[in-house]
Amino acid sequence: MDGFLRRLFALLVLRPVALLMLGITLRGREYLPKSGPAIVAANHNSHLDTLVLLSLMPLRLIDKVRPVAAADYFLKNRLLAWFSLTLLNILPLERGNAARGEDPLAESSAALARGEILIVFPEGSRGSAEVMGKFKGGIARLKERFPDVPVIPVFLHGAGKALPRGEIVLVPVVVDAVVGEPVAWPGNRAQFTADLEAAVRGLGADLPNSFDDGD
Amino acid sequence: MSFLEITPNAAMAVAAVLGLLVIATAIAWPQRKRKQELWLRTRTWWVIVLLIALSVALPSWVPVALFGLISFLAFKEFVTLIPTRRADHRVLLWAYLAIPIQYYWVSVGWYGVFIIFIPVYMFLALPLRMVIAGETQGFIKAAGTLHWGLMVTVFSLSHAAYLLALPHEVNPLAGGDGLLLYLLLLTEINDVGQYCSGKLLGRRKVVPKVSPNKTVEGLLGGVVITTLVAVLAAPYLTPLLWWQALIVGCVLALAGFAGDVTVSAVKRDLKLKDSGSLLPGHGGVLDRVDSLTFTAPLFFHMIYYLHY
Repeated sequence: MDGFLRRLFALLVLRPVALLMLGITLRGREYLPKSGPAIVAANHNSHLDTLVLLSLMPLRLIDKVRPVAAADYFLKNRLLAWFSLTLLNILPLERGNAARGEDPLAESSAALARGEILIVFPEGSRGSAEVMGKFKGGIARLKERFPDVPVIPVFLHGAGKALPRGEIVLVPVVVDAVVGEPVAWPGNRAQFTADLEAAVRGLGADLPNSFDDGD
Repeated sequence: MSFLEITPNAAMAVAAVLGLLVIATAIAWPQRKRKQELWLRTRTWWVIVLLIALSVALPSWVPVALFGLISFLAFKEFVTLIPTRRADHRVLLWAYLAIPIQYYWVSVGWYGVFIIFIPVYMFLALPLRMVIAGETQGFIKAAGTLHWGLMVTVFSLSHAAYLLALPHEVNPLAGGDGLLLYLLLLTEINDVGQYCSGKLLGRRKVVPKVSPNKTVEGLLGGVVITTLVAVLAAPYLTPLLWWQALIVGCVLALAGFAGDVTVSAVKRDLKLKDSGSLLPGHGGVLDRVDSLTFTAPLFFHMIYYLHY
C-alpha cells in the first residue's frame, strides 16, 4: 500500500512539478546510481532539493531511495511524519544521539547493508540561499565502514530561489542538477570530506554560465 | 462543426512548412555525425512544427493555451537568469499569475483589457506588492527587470495568440490560424534566412559588441527572403494587398533582427550563451522566441490597423 502511494505521489506530484514548475536541467545522468547500495551527496538550499533528487531517480528504485532527514524536524507532527515516512520514505536521523552514547550511523549503516540508496545533505542544514556551508563528516564514517559503496556528488542550483527557507509558496524556477563521478576513498576521513566538498563545488563551477560566442 | 478546425489554406501552409522540414531533414540527416548541432536543431524543429500544426487544427483555445505555456516557460527562464531579491518571492508569484490572466483576456477576446493589463495594471501591481514586502534596497532595479520580463515574454507574445481572437471576417480566407501561421512562418524564415545568408556572405558586422556573428549581409539577406515569402504567401493566408505584404515583410525582418539582438544583449549582460536547455540545438525557449517577441506585436498592429 505504501509503495503504491509512493509511486502515485512520484507520478502525479513529484514528476509533474519537476517537469513543469521547475524543469530540471540534468547533467551527468550516467553517474546516477543504477542500483543500491549507494550514497548520493548534494548541497542543500531548499526543501525542494529532496524532491528534485527523488524525481531524478528511476521509478523502479523508488522503494530503495532514502533521503536522510532530521527526525526532530520531519517527524514533529503526525501529518508531516506520515508525508515524510510514507511518501518521501525518509530515513529519520536522531540529532544529538551520539552524546547519549548511541551510534548515530546505526540506521544509515543498516540501510546500506539492505542495499538502499541514501540521499544525504552533508551541510547538515539548508543554510542561507545558494550559499554552500561546510560539509560534515558523517558520510566519511559511512564510507569507511562500507568501502565498496559509491558516494556520488551532486550539485544543485536554483531550488533556493524557487522555495527559499521559510517560504511555503513555490515559485517556478529552472533548477540545475549536476551529477559527478563517485568520490574515491583517499585513506582517511578528513580528506574524504574535503574531497567530497571539493567535488560538489567543482560540479557547480562546471555550470555553463561563461559566455562563448554562439549567436 | 468538425473536430478539426482549420481552413484549407491554413492546412496548405502547414503542409508547405512540413515539406520544407522534410528537405531540411534530408540535408541534415546524412551529416548528423559531423554536424550534431544542426541535426539536433532540425529534430527540435519537428517537435515545434508538429505541436503548432496540431494545436491550430484544434479549437482556438488550444493554440491560445499553447502560447500561454510558451510565455510561462520563457518567463520562467527569465526569472531563473536575472538576479532576484529574496524579499521579492511573493512579487514573483504575482508576476507569474499575470500569465493565465493575460491569456484569459486573449481567450475571451477582450481587447480593451488585453492591451493594458500588463503595461498598466501589472506595472502598478508589482511595485505595490514590493512595497508591501518592504525591502527598498535594489527596488528600482527589481521592479524594472521584472516588469520588462513580463512585457517581453508575456505581453508581446500574447499578441501572436490574439490573432486567433480576431473575428473571422478580418481574414475570410484563412482566419486567425492563417494570420498566426503567416507571422510564425515569416519570423522563422527570417531567422533561418539571416543565419544562412550571414554564413554564406557575411562580412561586415552590424552590432559587434552585442552579437559578433550578426552581419549586414545576413540582415539584408533576411530582409530579401522574408519580404519575398511575405508577398508570395499573403494572398493565401492574409487579407494583405501585395504592397502591404511588402511593407509587412520588411518590417518583420527588421523587427525579428531587433528582437534577436535584444535577447542577445540581455544574455551578454548576464554572461550567458543560451537562456536555457529545453530545446536541444536551439538553447532555451527564450532563445527560440526572441525575434517573435518583437514581430508579434508589430504584425498584430499592422493587421489591426489595415484590416480591422
